[in-house]
Amino acid sequence: MTVKQKPVVVLDSVSKVYAAGIRALDDVSITIEAGELVGIVGPSGSGKSTMLNVLGTLDRPTSGKVFVNGHHVGELTDRQLSALRARTIGFVFQQFHLAPGVSALDNVADGQLYAGVTRAVRLRNAERALIRVGLGHRIGHRPHELSGGERQRVAIARAILGDPMLLLADEPTGNLDTTAGESVVALLRELHTSGTAVVVITHDHEIADSLPRQVHMRDGRMISEAAIVAAVGRGSQEVSS
Amino acid sequence: MNADRRPGGRELTPARMNLGDLIRVGSAGLRSRPTRILLSALGIAVGIAAMISVIGISSSSREDFNQQIAALGTNLLTVSPGQDLFGEEAHLPETAESMIDRIGPVESATSVGILSDTMVYRNDHVPEEKSGSIAVMRAQTGLLDTIGGTVAAGSFLTEAMQDFPAVVLGATAADRLGVGSVGPEQQVYLGEQWFTVIGILDPVPLAPEIDTAALVGWPVATDILDFDGHATTIYTRTDPDAVEAVQDVLGPTANPEAPHEVDVSRPSDALAAQHAADDTLSALLLGLGSVALLVGGIGVANTMVISVLERRGEIGLRRSLGATRGNIRNQFLAEALFLSTLGGAGGLVLGVGVTTLYSTIQGWPTLVPAWAIASGIGATLIIGALAGLYPAVRASRLAPTEALAVP
Ligand SMILES: Nc1ncnc2c1ncn2[C@@H]1O[C@H](COP(=O)(O)OP(=O)(O)OP(=O)(O)O)[C@@H](O)[C@H]1O
Ligand SMILES: [Mg+2]
Repeated sequence: MTVKQKPVVVLDSVSKVYAAGIRALDDVSITIEAGELVGIVGPSGSGKSTMLNVLGTLDRPTSGKVFVNGHHVGELTDRQLSALRARTIGFVFQQFHLAPGVSALDNVADGQLYAGVTRAVRLRNAERALIRVGLGHRIGHRPHELSGGERQRVAIARAILGDPMLLLADEPTGNLDTTAGESVVALLRELHTSGTAVVVITHDHEIADSLPRQVHMRDGRMISEAAIVAAVGRGSQEVSS
Repeated sequence: MNADRRPGGRELTPARMNLGDLIRVGSAGLRSRPTRILLSALGIAVGIAAMISVIGISSSSREDFNQQIAALGTNLLTVSPGQDLFGEEAHLPETAESMIDRIGPVESATSVGILSDTMVYRNDHVPEEKSGSIAVMRAQTGLLDTIGGTVAAGSFLTEAMQDFPAVVLGATAADRLGVGSVGPEQQVYLGEQWFTVIGILDPVPLAPEIDTAALVGWPVATDILDFDGHATTIYTRTDPDAVEAVQDVLGPTANPEAPHEVDVSRPSDALAAQHAADDTLSALLLGLGSVALLVGGIGVANTMVISVLERRGEIGLRRSLGATRGNIRNQFLAEALFLSTLGGAGGLVLGVGVTTLYSTIQGWPTLVPAWAIASGIGATLIIGALAGLYPAVRASRLAPTEALAVP
């Protein structure tokens, strides 16, 4: 870390207000540095997914500023945001979103479909990515031939295909049992170690507590930020109180 | 890795998707739902097949007709008396035939004359009214060559036969009189005496009036039957390159004093006009075909709308992978185009097959015009594009978060 890198994402007093006055995000400010691993926790409906979508430029805030890799999202067109997502951001969802009937390799290769990479290169990268997530032996399997944990790892392989700076995961372990969930978290941790900024929403306190940085949400507000070195108990109490 | 040093645009410029990827993405949706796809492609296929076979069958029939006309020749012209200034029936001058024969490009001229007071019967018991509308005509030996007629049985009038009470019957006339063969025992009662049937003709497409005629020789007509000498129709064959020119001068040549009292016609044109009358039926069938095609197009649109609804999750995922609105729109447009092209190709094969089968059964040559195939393909693409446009645009307008929110 000789050179100070610019933050991957910055939210600057961001609010998201839906019709009927629902404030899904209420004046949230956060900076996520390159290579960080951040957990977002909070009760259902507290605005975690909304925040992740705003971080990933899938949604625009009602007010406030969002910067992704230095670009002011509010000033970018939909096309420019698409390009940004294609090259800089990877997403993992609770529901995997794999194409049925299509091999793991082809599913993963789609991760760079919109990044201007030839199919041959995409397939080569996909094979490497599948090996990286520990599925080198499942390359030709179709989603219904894979376990839930394996499916989520295929989805992660797809998300990291283009080596994005930022990986956003919305409850990636939500549909998995403990063991499978642990393997997915281990994988996210490994990506973080190799330099990717990872933001993960989780309901699992054990997982959350193991992450180096946690963001606690309630009613659209960030109620506390706890680094793992700070008192973990205090953060948990605030969530449950 | 200094982000500022990068060409500022690259990170923010969407990559162009190459054609291979577009085809792969557009056809992926088809492969995953084969039954539904086949059924909605079938709608288009039925429409295209209906249109192609209507056009194909009518052009095959026309081709057959044209070949027949070409075999008969389009250079036959007929001259007959019209009406005079007072609406009375006019006569052709007796010199008409020889004058016409002298026109340069005229290759042959021959006349018939109706003996309007003479009737023909199977026997002498038939009451007068039942003459069966058969015209007795005097004919010349060269008639068949000029009008392109052939004998079905026996022979035509010859120089040697002309003086005898011999008759040649047109195809319909023979039928009405119940004469099926020729020979000395085949007698018909013509005028006031028995005539021997020496020949029966095949139908003559260019001169259908001959089909209902009983033809007798010139000398017999004047000697026995009181023929007045006026020709009622003069048939001419002309140099094929000069037909129009000859047509223009036939009237003045036949009757220099009263050219407007002469009717000149070209039987092949009359046949063609008759044939063209079938076009209304073709137009009707074509209309039905296009309705089928329209319904097929609606089917494709319907399939696409459902497909977009069902695949919102996929759309959201693709947006998260960096697809632009244009990428999404093109994907569904391509899918609709593939779908309708699939139907169109099936329809073409089916339509050509039906045309071949039908025209083979009819003994026609098979002819599916290239323009019909081209417009079939064109219609398919237009329908695919129209049917796909609305669903594709709807898919592309879907907000990513809304698309991803689908369970
Ligand atoms: N499209 C929308 N229109 C209106 N309200 C919305 C919309 N999306 C989310 N909300 C509301 O915004 C709030 C935050 O929703 P969000 O999905 O961010 O919650 P969450 O923290 O992810 O919850 P969960 O843990 O259950 O996934 C909720 O109250 C929700 O009802
Ligand atoms: Mg959520």
